[in-house]
Amino acid sequence: MAEFSVLVGGKAGDGINSAGLLVSHLFNRMGFYTYMYFDYPSLIKGGHNFTITRAAEHPVGAFRERCDVILALNQDSIEFHRDLIHDKTMVIYDSNRAKAEGQGVPVQDILKEEQAPGVMGNSCIIGAFCGAVGIPFSILEEVFRRQIPKGLDKNLVVARRGFDAVTPGRILERGKTGPFALLSGNEAIGIGLLNGGLDAFVAYPMTPTSNLLHFLAAVAEEYPLTVIHPENEIAVILMAQGLAYAGKKAAVGTSGGGFCLMTESFSMAGMNEVPVVVVMGQRTGPSTGLPTYTGQTELHFMLHAGQGEFPRLIVAPGDNGQACAWSSLALSLAWKCQVPTVILVDKTLCEGIAPLEETADSMPVPMAPLPISGEGQYNRYTITETGISPLQYPPVPGSAIKANSYAHDEAGITTERADIVSQMTEKRLRKAATLKQETDRLTPVMVYGNREAMTALLCWGSTIPICREVAGDRDFRVVQPIVLSPFPVEALKDALIGVKKLIAVEENAMGQLQMLCARSGIMVDAAIRKYDGRPFAVEELARRLKEVV
Amino acid sequence: MPEQGLITSAQNTWCPGCGNFTIQFALRNVIQELVKEGIPVETIVLVTGIGCHAKMADYLNINSFYSIHGRTIPVATGIKLANPDLTVFCCAGDGDAYAEGLDHLVFGAKRNTDITVIVHNNRVYGLTTGQYTPTSPLGFKGRSTPSGTVEEPFNPLALMLTSGAGYIARGTSRKMPHLQSLISGGLKHKGFAFIDVLQICASYFNVSTLYDWQGYELSGHDPSDFEAACRKAEEWNYNSDSPIPFGLFYQKEKPVFEQMFPHRTVSPVERKERIRKILDAKR
Repeated sequence: MAEFSVLVGGKAGDGINSAGLLVSHLFNRMGFYTYMYFDYPSLIKGGHNFTITRAAEHPVGAFRERCDVILALNQDSIEFHRDLIHDKTMVIYDSNRAKAEGQGVPVQDILKEEQAPGVMGNSCIIGAFCGAVGIPFSILEEVFRRQIPKGLDKNLVVARRGFDAVTPGRILERGKTGPFALLSGNEAIGIGLLNGGLDAFVAYPMTPTSNLLHFLAAVAEEYPLTVIHPENEIAVILMAQGLAYAGKKAAVGTSGGGFCLMTESFSMAGMNEVPVVVVMGQRTGPSTGLPTYTGQTELHFMLHAGQGEFPRLIVAPGDNGQACAWSSLALSLAWKCQVPTVILVDKTLCEGIAPLEETADSMPVPMAPLPISGEGQYNRYTITETGISPLQYPPVPGSAIKANSYAHDEAGITTERADIVSQMTEKRLRKAATLKQETDRLTPVMVYGNREAMTALLCWGSTIPICREVAGDRDFRVVQPIVLSPFPVEALKDALIGVKKLIAVEENAMGQLQMLCARSGIMVDAAIRKYDGRPFAVEELARRLKEVV
Repeated sequence: MPEQGLITSAQNTWCPGCGNFTIQFALRNVIQELVKEGIPVETIVLVTGIGCHAKMADYLNINSFYSIHGRTIPVATGIKLANPDLTVFCCAGDGDAYAEGLDHLVFGAKRNTDITVIVHNNRVYGLTTGQYTPTSPLGFKGRSTPSGTVEEPFNPLALMLTSGAGYIARGTSRKMPHLQSLISGGLKHKGFAFIDVLQICASYFNVSTLYDWQGYELSGHDPSDFEAACRKAEEWNYNSDSPIPFGLFYQKEKPVFEQMFPHRTVSPVERKERIRKILDAKR
């Protein structure tokens, strides 16, 4: 087995996401790398949902245009995906609800006979899947035991009926990796934030980062972590500011629309130097757009959000490993350099499921803040060479700690004096330079593939796994800036030495990374863009690449 | 701390006769009282919005977070969540609390965060040179409404009563000792305390005579009686010539928001253990 793609389809409310996740876990336990894509419309019950799990002997992070197995709980799951079916595709379907060529299983009859609820139809079809492709029932049992908290015995009975109802296939040979922890990008970000020393998370629900809120809320009590869901995104970022002022490391989660409401406070964080980390999950815009689909359209919004000029950190991880590591680093840097910080991700990364190969011990160690020096009264905005003033939190006996959104002096008292305003602006400029030194030390630009290749793909964020894969097939180089502000110009130019043809791959219509690069004189030779809300499929990107090179 | 110590050396730019002076000195006196009672001054935090009132952050020599317009309460909530041992109060304007940030006022009361919100209600936008606010009387002629407003004011006390605030009071900059006792009561109340302070604006809305002649101090009112509080709150609707009651309208202790959350910091070793456990469950 080189690789295997399985689609699970059904109505919203059928638990398709959970079923897809179980399929991923089966392959994970069988020793394969997996990636799962979840596609769903913005409604609660009734619309068509599907997942595609791709399993392989090497790491994967994108789906193909062909599926090897379709698990269909209804007719739509076959009809809507005719384009994915090829001559060797096996369709396993609920014969009480759908008609197809393939292996029919009377799922509804089985549920009735076993007096099982409708949602257990998933377990039945997954049992049938294991039987048909040769995944031992013992593996299914192990996965169910670990992943199904409620009604395990009944689920196993129903799965066994499905397992026995199909013609058994050959035994699927086991792979050699894992098992890994399988995480959504949201969870990888959450783990990274926790590892970075997060004390509190504040968010108003918004796709695609709602599940980060849900994940952290679920672990909050035991951890313990403070998780708050306030009245709106304005309150969200302000509560985080209050938490940070009083000494807690806080992060917030949102998407573009929510971030619009946060921008005034984001600018305040630039002025008052109270750190904040925003997890910004992009989806298809403008405005409400396609709420449950993806896009890479907020790079320039993040670069320019908020009135006035102030340093900001923007990192754009592209897979679970990067998401975990850079969320941790972003939190550390936000506090070390006291800058508003954005972890810029998208629906593809946030809601995709993939392994996290890092362990608790391999994750970055949180950075220490600047030591407090000197005696006497503490000034919140002491002018320093690095531009960074030592950060202290109330209570400090003998000192009043004054954070201020107005232009202020070293003590934090409002001022309109021209000389102080200039000095403080220059302090912030020096802080920007210090921040750049910090990020330059951290490999802000990643290079993959053939490092000597004269053709390179330039990409950012969640397209990195697919670019790695497609470029690997063509022996191209792949260059990915992870830090987007402060922009790592030198590191990027180094990464591009010897490149004769540079192709930007972006999931937006205007080429936002391409524009950012052009500002630094880095010119792109060709652009591949996609803006329909769906991530690239492997074959699709390969085709688009052939058109330009 | 010596009396001078609570006032910074920042140059004061309030207009002569401004009601903010009364509030400032009432606050100074209340803070002195708290310090005498054993609350360290460095554990007191002031959050302000934007407007004339907000200069309090520059003028009082205590911890402060000078926020943006309308946005005191969520910041104060965050501070209290981070460290419940801090005494946190907000100075907000009527533009802050009743217009730009009205949502936060309602939710602050609903949550019952242990903070005190003092609204400097001069019923006019002063710093932006004289426009109407949510509590300006009907027909108010301001620079944005030269022919007079066509909207009636709303009644913030009635709003706070329906939002669940546990301490609801109205004072005035014309009666400093009385105001001081209301602020002191608010700071000592365990939960969300709201004090509407009818304050004159010496430059754009000087209604000293109205507050002096129409105003009276509540007496014989039972602040634990919600219905009586509603009746008293409705006595003056911020528009009519009715008598204006000052005092504590309503008080009730309820569970405090931030006490529902953990306040223990996780050690680096515990952190790794927790992460290991979470990851293991995902395998």
